[in-house]
Amino acid sequence: MGWYNKRLAKSLWVFHVSGSPCNNCDIEILDLLTPKYDVERLGIKLVGSVRQADVLLVTGVFNNKVAPKIKKLYEQAPKPVFVVAVGTCPASGCTFKDSYNTVEKREDVIPIDMYIPGCPPKPEAMIEAVAKLIGVLNG
Amino acid sequence: MSKNKIPIGPFHPLLEEAEYFELTVDGETVVDIDLEIGWMHRGHEFISEQKSFTQSIYLVERICGICSTSHPLACVHAVEDIDNIDIPLRARYIRTLVGELERIHSHLLWLGLAGHFIGYDTLWMWAWKYREPVLRMCEIVSGNRNHYGIMRVGGVAKDVDTGAIPDLMKNLDMIDSKIVMVANAAKDDPVLKARLKGVGVLSYEDAIAYCATGPTSRASGVPSDIRRDDPTDAYDLVDFDVIVASNGDVYDKLVVRLLETIESTKIIRQCIEKLKTVKGPILNNVKEISPGEGIGRYEAPRGEVFHYMRSDGTNRPIRHKVRAPSYVNIPTYSASCKGISVSDALITLAAVDPCYCCTERSLKIKDIKKNKCSFNLLDLSRSKTKRIRRKFNGNK
Repeated sequence: MGWYNKRLAKSLWVFHVSGSPCNNCDIEILDLLTPKYDVERLGIKLVGSVRQADVLLVTGVFNNKVAPKIKKLYEQAPKPVFVVAVGTCPASGCTFKDSYNTVEKREDVIPIDMYIPGCPPKPEAMIEAVAKLIGVLNG
Repeated sequence: MSKNKIPIGPFHPLLEEAEYFELTVDGETVVDIDLEIGWMHRGHEFISEQKSFTQSIYLVERICGICSTSHPLACVHAVEDIDNIDIPLRARYIRTLVGELERIHSHLLWLGLAGHFIGYDTLWMWAWKYREPVLRMCEIVSGNRNHYGIMRVGGVAKDVDTGAIPDLMKNLDMIDSKIVMVANAAKDDPVLKARLKGVGVLSYEDAIAYCATGPTSRASGVPSDIRRDDPTDAYDLVDFDVIVASNGDVYDKLVVRLLETIESTKIIRQCIEKLKTVKGPILNNVKEISPGEGIGRYEAPRGEVFHYMRSDGTNRPIRHKVRAPSYVNIPTYSASCKGISVSDALITLAAVDPCYCCTERSLKIKDIKKNKCSFNLLDLSRSKTKRIRRKFNGNK
């Protein structure tokens, strides 16, 4: 699928999935679209429907109620779709590891391709991650 | 006419968080609204009871990324209330400074999202552009853009460097002029006025009946503000006005928030001036917390946030209760949403600045249709056995 990925990399459309986050990574994702960081100059666009998405930006530890919905969202996305986990929560569970209501491993719910650590990660870190993803897609 | 139901969510392009609304409509008029929450519940109170007091502060910071000063501040107030711990004067000013910075960035964030919801993306881009210097100030003061990690029981963790004050002042001057500009542009815009006036009205009586707090109640004419009514930190040492409007519609909520932002810049200016002269320690060393209970309150950008802590003399709380402002503001939907058109529903839902991450502290799932009794027979039977067993053991 190399030829397809190269075309995909020209303009990545991202869909934002919030799986019980604390809102912070979500706000920083929105911050990327506003004048200071403005990732639309890199061809990245936030879309309203998962059916149009090339990249899923996932935030938060998934709790037991939201996890099946996220799985369903992933299944609805046209493949290939790349999952980028934003923040410490999807990577390690942050401070919510001991909770009774969170899933043990986020990777059991959906496959995650890339992690951006930080609580919350700085917008610069997110831009770097997306640039790396574009680099990987270009081969 | 037949009534239809419109489901919104849990993943909807306009919702920042996962939540589910069900609007019952008759034609284009909203008749009823139902809300399903629980998508954000992470069990903070439970985790907090396993952590030490200092760790709890970091945990409650992660209740909500936007109120990441309000929750820790209410939490440390609750712990300080147990032992009546004194806070150094410099630490009080730093706390107030960070709290007000958070208020500005939260209100500007809301303004931007509200503009986005009604299709006014220019307002979104403006508000978020001028929010960046506020985050820059937060970074100078605390070292991080959002989760500050600056609160401690008995003071603050990080001092404001004297060398950083000119930079803070420069940013503040910039914010000040830009906020006044955005506020005037938003207030005087004829389209915004026509779009938002008279939409989603929450009357004075309803605001009191639903116990609304924060800008939601102040826009309806209820002059409640914890900063003035129960001053903590440096709020009794600075001058500021409580902004109250009377109509209770979305436009008044917008105006209240905009004017509050300007008041906040005044408070920040006073705090920075004081930080130049007030020197001294920033942290009282607290060795242990004695048994007892305490409450902490703080006026978060959305309203009153309340924390309750009980200690048994060890280094961790045995009970930690959190009540966030959205918990009382969200039920006002049933007063403000009825009778409006579907196209106004979203901005009315957004007008109270709801934060579901803050709200979802406890989770109770009850199927009303199938299980009409509100109690569980098995639990009742078991608890009776437990009571009898306790009685017998007590008699021994």
